[in-house]
Amino acid sequence: MDKTKRIQTPLTVQQAVGLKVGDNVLISGVIYTARDAAHRRLAELLKEGKPLPIELEDQVLYYVGPAPAPPGHACGAAGPTTSTRMDIYTPPLIEKGLRGMIGKGLRSQAVIEAMKKHGAVYFAATGGAAALISKSIKKVEVVAYEDLGTEAIHRMYVEDFPCIVVIDSYGNNLYESGPQRYRTCKTL
Amino acid sequence: MIREIKAEKIKDTVKRLLLQANYEIGTDVLRELGLSLKREESATGKSVLQQIIDNHRIARQDRIAMCQDTGMVVLFVSLGQEAIITGGDFTEAVNQGVKEAYTEGYLRKSVVEDPLFGRKNTGDNTPAVIHLELVPGDRIKIQVMAKGFGSENMSRGKMLLPSAGVQGVTDFVIETVQKAGPNPCPPLVIGVGIGGTLDMAARLAKISLLREIGCPNGDIHYAALEKELKERVNELGIGPAGLGGRITALAVNVEYYPTHIAGLPVVVNINCHAARHAAAEI
Repeated sequence: MDKTKRIQTPLTVQQAVGLKVGDNVLISGVIYTARDAAHRRLAELLKEGKPLPIELEDQVLYYVGPAPAPPGHACGAAGPTTSTRMDIYTPPLIEKGLRGMIGKGLRSQAVIEAMKKHGAVYFAATGGAAALISKSIKKVEVVAYEDLGTEAIHRMYVEDFPCIVVIDSYGNNLYESGPQRYRTCKTL
Repeated sequence: MIREIKAEKIKDTVKRLLLQANYEIGTDVLRELGLSLKREESATGKSVLQQIIDNHRIARQDRIAMCQDTGMVVLFVSLGQEAIITGGDFTEAVNQGVKEAYTEGYLRKSVVEDPLFGRKNTGDNTPAVIHLELVPGDRIKIQVMAKGFGSENMSRGKMLLPSAGVQGVTDFVIETVQKAGPNPCPPLVIGVGIGGTLDMAARLAKISLLREIGCPNGDIHYAALEKELKERVNELGIGPAGLGGRITALAVNVEYYPTHIAGLPVVVNINCHAARHAAAEI
């Protein structure tokens, strides 16, 4: 469980199903950012049957709205935002081939079911470790929805981006099993 | 004697405090994180805590925001009644300070101008939420917070019946933290406001987040309640980043106020480990 795995994007289904809950992972390659507003637009396009601005097959989405990059930095502070808000938009994206999501926080049962069905993985990055995480982001460019500012879809080139498999493609969930191991009181 | 304070000075102070708050975590938070690293039993929890501590070092060294959610700005201003503000409008000065800090300091602009219709970003992180109180003296004390919404969204309030008592308050706090799970970025600083009216309880909860970690409430009953709540929260096992562990709360701070014979308002305002605030007196 403590062994660190290095993975390279794009993330194939074979790679995805090999990742197990609790695996520490260092991601390198291209990932895409999207949060609330971008998800809303992607969902509208899918509903209208129109093409998406990025190809999702085997891609990894990072739920983040980065802070502006200070001079000399490729990216400003860029930690994960709460994934839960993206839940209602997510299952159709997984159906389109989305293979990995990086965020923090709980996911809905519908998202977990879609992950199991299509072989997708949910990674958690440490919420609030935004300055540290930004060190692993080497280059950032806007690929869609520039008008959304920080909420635009960015292409990020990352090296050894640190995260942990929190829900694997089998539906094993560290947000359930982890706290259970340390809980010493009855839940309300 | 009336003492003059220039609006420009208020603007500069707000700007300076916001930059400080976003780049440099308080020594109290850092000390508690260090103690938590020793106490945490989960290997994953330890590694998350170490990341958080490393993150604070990087933010301070590189003058980069410790968290990309640089928050909505909340100010608590205690205005001495013998002070007079000259050379400009107080609210404009505060918002100008916010604007300059967020644009010049490479901080994220996270405020939308209408909560319901359009949700267009204001572009400069204004306006701030300003709480103003009049106090004796001729000085102005300004306390700023950069309040992230991962944790704000998991905060809750309830108008309990007086019969609910200590048990009712405790259950509500525990239930709130349990429901929040990993979402508000544990380990948390938990603010609890009890009493007053609906709005007063929310204000007290927010004010309690400004208190130094490790400083209990001055009242022995409330100090005991804080200790009990912290232990109970940590028994939930949520742990750092919600991945399981002993450390879920860095602190639980409670503030109270007289209330109505018919009521027991309680508000739980959750803050993440990036508990950003700074204060100055002019």
